Amino acid sequence: MDLSFNEDQIEIARQARRFLENECPMDKVRELIDDEYGCTDELWSKMAEMGWMMLRIPESYDGMGLDLLDLCVVLIEMGRSALPGPFFSTVLLAAETLMEAGNDDQKQAFLSRIASGEIRGTLALHEPAGGAVPGYVQMEARADGDMYILNGVKAFVPDGHGADFIICAARTLPGNDPAEGVTLFLLNRETQGVSVNLLKTMDQSRKLCEVRFDEVRLPGAAILGEVHRGWTLLRRVLQRAQVGLCAENVGGAQRAMEMAVEYAKIRRQFDQPIGSYQAIKHRCAQMLLEVQGSRSVLYWAAWAQDHGDPEEAELAASVAKTYCSETFGNVSAGAIQVLGGTGFTWEHDMHIYFKRAKANEVALGDPVYHREEVARLIGC
Amino acid sequence: MDFRLSPKEEAFRSELLSWLEQNRPEGYRAGEFRLPDTWEKRVQEYSRFQKAVFEAGYAGIRYPEEYGGRGGSLMEEIIVLELLAPIYRDFGSVGIIAHGMAGPTILICGTEEQKRSFLPRILDGSHIWCQGFSEPNAGSDVANVSTRAEKRDNEYIINGQKTWTSFAHIADYCILLARTDPNVAKHKGLSYFLVDMKLPGIEVRPIRQITGEPEFNEVFLEDVRVPEGMRVGAEGQGWQVAITTLMFERVIGDISMAALYADELQRMLNMARRVKRNGQAVLENPLYRQQVAQCYIELMVLKYNGYRNVSKLIKNEIPGPEGSIGKLLWSELHQKMGETAMQIQGPYHQLMKDSPAAIDNGFWQHLFLRSKGNTIEAGTSEILRNIIGERVLGLPKDVSRAVRREGR
Repeated sequence: MDLSFNEDQIEIARQARRFLENECPMDKVRELIDDEYGCTDELWSKMAEMGWMMLRIPESYDGMGLDLLDLCVVLIEMGRSALPGPFFSTVLLAAETLMEAGNDDQKQAFLSRIASGEIRGTLALHEPAGGAVPGYVQMEARADGDMYILNGVKAFVPDGHGADFIICAARTLPGNDPAEGVTLFLLNRETQGVSVNLLKTMDQSRKLCEVRFDEVRLPGAAILGEVHRGWTLLRRVLQRAQVGLCAENVGGAQRAMEMAVEYAKIRRQFDQPIGSYQAIKHRCAQMLLEVQGSRSVLYWAAWAQDHGDPEEAELAASVAKTYCSETFGNVSAGAIQVLGGTGFTWEHDMHIYFKRAKANEVALGDPVYHREEVARLIGC
Repeated sequence: MDFRLSPKEEAFRSELLSWLEQNRPEGYRAGEFRLPDTWEKRVQEYSRFQKAVFEAGYAGIRYPEEYGGRGGSLMEEIIVLELLAPIYRDFGSVGIIAHGMAGPTILICGTEEQKRSFLPRILDGSHIWCQGFSEPNAGSDVANVSTRAEKRDNEYIINGQKTWTSFAHIADYCILLARTDPNVAKHKGLSYFLVDMKLPGIEVRPIRQITGEPEFNEVFLEDVRVPEGMRVGAEGQGWQVAITTLMFERVIGDISMAALYADELQRMLNMARRVKRNGQAVLENPLYRQQVAQCYIELMVLKYNGYRNVSKLIKNEIPGPEGSIGKLLWSELHQKMGETAMQIQGPYHQLMKDSPAAIDNGFWQHLFLRSKGNTIEAGTSEILRNIIGERVLGLPKDVSRAVRREGR
C-alpha cells in the first residue's frame, strides 16, 4: 500500500503550479471571467503545450495515455487557481466520451486534434425537467430511414457556445430507464437546427449554455458507441468527470482555507490576531479536517477508476463527489465568514471560489443524487 | 499510488480469515449483538479469545518475538485489527488500554525487564490495564496532574486521585502519570509509572456513566508504594513518554475505528430494513437513505484518511499533529451514526436492553449513549481543534494561555 504521489506526479504538480501562477494569476482569472469564452486562444495553446489536453488520450491518438490520477494532479492545481475556461468540458467530458465510446474513425478524427489544442468539445446531457439527475434523458432522437432527427432542449451545457463539437445524449427508444434506449450523437456545433444560448450564471468562471435542437438531422455515422446503449458507456465517463471535479474541489478548498488562515494571522481585533480566538481557530481547523478528508477520498476514487473493480469505482466516485463538493462549499463559505466584510466584497477573490464551489456541487449530480447512489450501491 | 495489499499480505489475510472461521468466540456470529452482561464475563471471554489469538501467532504483530510478538509488519497489524476489531468491541473493549497504550509505551520506552515481564502478559490476554492520567483538575489540561509520587529509597510513595479511569475496576495494572517534581514547569515534573492495582492503598470507586453501567472509575491512591523499577523513562520524562506513542497509536486507532464502524454500519442497514415507519421499511424512505449514505461517506473519509497515515508510517514519516484529524473524524462520525440509528427507530429508540420489544436488544441505545463520550475521551474535540489550529495551521495561541505560559 502506498497512498502518496510518485515523483512524476510531484513534478507534474510543480510545473502546473508554476505555469498557472505565471499565466493565470487572479487578475487574469478576473479578465477571463469577463471574457465570453472564459479563455483566450493564447492561453489554450500554452496549456496544450504543457501536454494537459493529451494527458489521458492514448498514445495511438497522439496522447500520453496516462492515468486519471495523473490528470487529477493537474486539476487540483487548476482548482487552486480557479482557472476559468473549457478544459473540463473538452478534456473530462468530450475527450473521455470519445475515448470510451468512439470507433477508430471517430477517435482519429477528434482525439489528436483535442490533444493538440486545435478543437474543443462538450457534452449535452442535463435536461430542464431532470434537474440535477444526470440519468434523466428524454430528448427525442427519432429514426427516419438512415437518419436520426433530434428535437429538444439541453440545459446547463458547459461551454457549449465555444465548442467545435457537441456530444448529445438522446432517446432512441421511449422509456425512463437510461440503461435502455439512450444513444450518444456526435455533431458539429454549427449543424443546422442547433442553437446555443449562453446563460447568465452565478459562477462566471465556467460558462454554461442552453442548447436547442430543432429538427436536427444526423446520419447513423454520428452515433458514438452502440445505439440504445449509450448510458452504459456514459456512466463510466461521468464517474471519471466527477472525480475530476473532486480534484478541482480539493485544490480550490485548499486555497480558500489558506487565504482564510493567512488573514486570521494578520487581522487584529481587540488587540489580538483574530486567529487566536477559538471561534475562528476552530473554524479553520474544521476546514483542514475537511480538506484532508477530501484528499483522502479523492485519491481513493481516482485510483479506483484507474485500477479498482467497476463496483468500487462507481461507489468511490459518488462518495468523493458528495464529500469533496460539500467540503469546497463549506470551506469557501467559512472563509468568507473569517474574512468578514472583506470576504463579502467583489474585490476579494473569495467569492470566485465560493461560486465555483456552488457550481461544482450541482454539476454531474448534486449531493442528494450521489448520496442516493451511495445508498443504492451499499445495498440499501 | 496503490491501494492494494501485496500478494504476501493477501495470503496473510486469508490465512487469518480461515483461522477465524475455526476460532470465532463461542456463540459469536457477526451481525448479532452479544455484549456479555457482566464485566467478569467480558474479561473472561476476552482473555480466552486473546489467548487463542496469541497462540496462533496473531497477537503483537509488530512486537519482537522475544516478547511474545510476531515480528511482523505494520500492514499485517492493520489486517489483523480490521478483522478482529468488531470481536474485541463485543467484549466491551476491555483490552484497549493494554494493547493501545500500555503495550506500545512499554515496548518503546520501557526497560528490558519491564518488556519481559509485561509484554507477553498483555499479548496473551492475561492482564487488563487501565489508564490513570485524568484527575478532577487535570482534564483537557492533563499536564496539570497533581497526584504526587515522592521518592523514598528505591520506592515511590504515591498519593492522589485519578478519575474517569476506564476499566480500573477490572484492571490488573495501571499506566499512571504522577508529579515527581512540583517545582518545575508542569509538563516537566511528571513521571510515568506501571502500577499494580492490587497494591495496598488503592481504592477504586466505580462511576455510573450515561449508559447506566460503570465503565470508568475514580481511583484513590493513599501511600501506594511503587518500586522504582516500575517507572518508565527517566524521572521528569513522564510527559514525553505519554505522548511518544500517542501519535503512532492514533493512526492504529483510526483504522480500528473504521473497521468497527464498517461492521456497525452493516448492522444498521439490516436494522433499518426491519424497522417500519408508516407501514414501510425505514430503509425505503429517501430521507433515512440520505442519512445512512452520509454515514457511509464519512466512514470512507475516516478509512482512507487512516490509510494515508499508514502509508506515511510505512515510509517512516511520523504523522505529526495532523493525526488529531482522525480522532475528530471517528468521534464525530460515531455520534452521527448513533443519532441516525435513533432516528431510524422512531419511538422504539426509547426501549433499552432487556425490554422485550427493544431493537437488537439495546445495541443502538448503548452505542448512541456511549458515543457521547467519544468527543470527550482521549482529547476533547475542542483541544484537538486547538492543536490543529495552532500546530498545523500555525494560528497564534489565545491570549489567556499565551500570557499564562509566559508568566510561568
